[in-house]
Amino acid sequence: MKVQSVTNTQKVAIEEIPSGRKKAGIFVLEVLAIILVLLFLFPFFLVVINSAKESAGIIISPLALPERWGQMFTNMNNVIHNQNFNYWKSFFNSVFITIVSLTLLSLFSSMAAWVLVRNKTGWSNFIFMTLVAAMIIPFQVVMLPLLSTFRELSEFTGIRMLSSYKGLIFAYIGFGGSMSVFIFHGFIKTIPYELEEAALIDGCTPESTFFRILFPLLKPIQVTVLILNGVWIWNDFLLPSLMLGLNGKIKTLPIAVTSFVGSYVKQWDLILTAALLAMLPIIVLFIFAQKQIIRGMVEGAIK
Amino acid sequence: MNAKLKKALSIAVIILGVVAVIVALIMDFARSENPMRGTLLIIGMVMVLTGFYFMPSKNHKKIIDILFLFPLLFAFTVTVLIPFVFGVFYSLTDWNGIKFENFVGFQNYITMFTSNDYMYSVLITFIFSLINIVLVNVIAFSLALLCTSKVKGKNYYRAAFFVPNLIGGIVLGYVWQFIFNKVFTVIVPDSLSMLTDPNLALLAIIIVSSWQYSGYIMMIYVTGLQGVPKDVLEASAVDGADKLTTLFRIKMPLIANTFTVCIFLTLINSFKQFDLNLAITNGAPSRILNGVSIYSTELLALNIYKTAITKNQYALGQTKAVVFFIILAIISLTQVAISKKREVEM
Repeated sequence: MKVQSVTNTQKVAIEEIPSGRKKAGIFVLEVLAIILVLLFLFPFFLVVINSAKESAGIIISPLALPERWGQMFTNMNNVIHNQNFNYWKSFFNSVFITIVSLTLLSLFSSMAAWVLVRNKTGWSNFIFMTLVAAMIIPFQVVMLPLLSTFRELSEFTGIRMLSSYKGLIFAYIGFGGSMSVFIFHGFIKTIPYELEEAALIDGCTPESTFFRILFPLLKPIQVTVLILNGVWIWNDFLLPSLMLGLNGKIKTLPIAVTSFVGSYVKQWDLILTAALLAMLPIIVLFIFAQKQIIRGMVEGAIK
Repeated sequence: MNAKLKKALSIAVIILGVVAVIVALIMDFARSENPMRGTLLIIGMVMVLTGFYFMPSKNHKKIIDILFLFPLLFAFTVTVLIPFVFGVFYSLTDWNGIKFENFVGFQNYITMFTSNDYMYSVLITFIFSLINIVLVNVIAFSLALLCTSKVKGKNYYRAAFFVPNLIGGIVLGYVWQFIFNKVFTVIVPDSLSMLTDPNLALLAIIIVSSWQYSGYIMMIYVTGLQGVPKDVLEASAVDGADKLTTLFRIKMPLIANTFTVCIFLTLINSFKQFDLNLAITNGAPSRILNGVSIYSTELLALNIYKTAITKNQYALGQTKAVVFFIILAIISLTQVAISKKREVEM
């Protein structure tokens, strides 16, 4: 014990007084890191300065700082009230679709994962294996038949599946389901069954065992599932473009940007302002929840 | 008495629900245009489910299991399983997106493999993925080393490198289209935009794709590097290993698994690249191959999309998608096999 504490203090001493060469090395690395950060963020810088210029100013000198920053508000005003972009409406559409999909997805997939973990039957194994295997199915192979399936379903039952919120949300639950169940499954396996058993013996029903005992324990993994699916759904383009159409009534933010770019070809002042407005919400969110977002996305990948 | 009443009520609700579903289905089959039939169907189904939920029964646990599984599996079946099975089937027919008339066997597959544009897309997708994997992983690993070294403010650097990955490929694609067309042409005077040359345009997509993705892969390497046990590093330092030796002989072998994960993640991500491709070049510019003009930067995912949506050849697009799936499945299975093998060795 004593030996260890001595070595520890020695180590601290070594780290506190780095030799001159080491110090210089770290300084070089720091300069390098700052240059790299500037390089990585340079495109965002370009977006910001150029959304404060008029079209002509961008063509002449895209690298110069804007003459008056006030132009940014003029541009934003133009873009926000534009018929094709309709910022606030698209923004709230995206928010609505993302939040409802995430809520239902995390609820349904944790429920399903719980049943699959706690029932060790051939059936539950088969269902779980099917879900896992489906994770390698790329969207491209189902997108065309999905459209016709949804169209036929709408015609047959009268429930509008295409160009509607509920159809899109339903599709997100289906597509996000397999991976979310997989992540929850791995986590629930590590929770001892004794907890639930005790509740059941005390007369708790199975469903309230899940909602009162297990569900609160899932919080750390919920964050992972929410972030992983949230970033995907928020930025997704292909699925909503097929289901809602590029010029349909309902537009999400990525769809609105595409539709806007299509109608204002080469009007870079407006296009860049639209891009800036589309990026802003997620960057603001990232500033506040940096740690959780990075952790969630990385954990999801490793699992 | 109370239990009996509850049971009677639940059964009544179930029966009402079943009746509602049947009425709705009859209307459906009768091709009724009544707008209420969809609502009736949903209400009926919800009633059946709630009826079963409240019914006192010895098999309550089983009922709960089924009710808990139902919503997710229902959505999954309708959006993934059924379209997948239909999709494989449609690739063998002359499907036009709405209906099919003839079963054509492997005709679509033959058409696909003999068409120039598809084989070209396969080729450039492989080239794109290969370069992208090398670039992303080299950049990401270097950044990870930088972000785990003793520099100050590591967390800020990590966050900055990570940001591009949070924003959708569509928006970033348009921004970069601007940079290639309007900014780079000013930085290098009298130069043409990279996007007008077939090879440089592909390189442009690679640049953006690496820029967007390496911050993410970096974070996975950072996690791996942080997992290298401190005592091993101390031991090697005591034994007099210099930095490079420690890196190549200790750190890299210890995080071999992380390399596998990252390489396959990048491979799959590159293979599926669609958003950036669409927003930056949309397949342009064209290139003459065997006397025929084809899109020079149309990666597989975009080629599938355009075949079906733009050219309206649904069966052919679906066939390409099935082959796309097979390639991705082989890649994923290889990864699983490699990871398993390594676990056994460890």
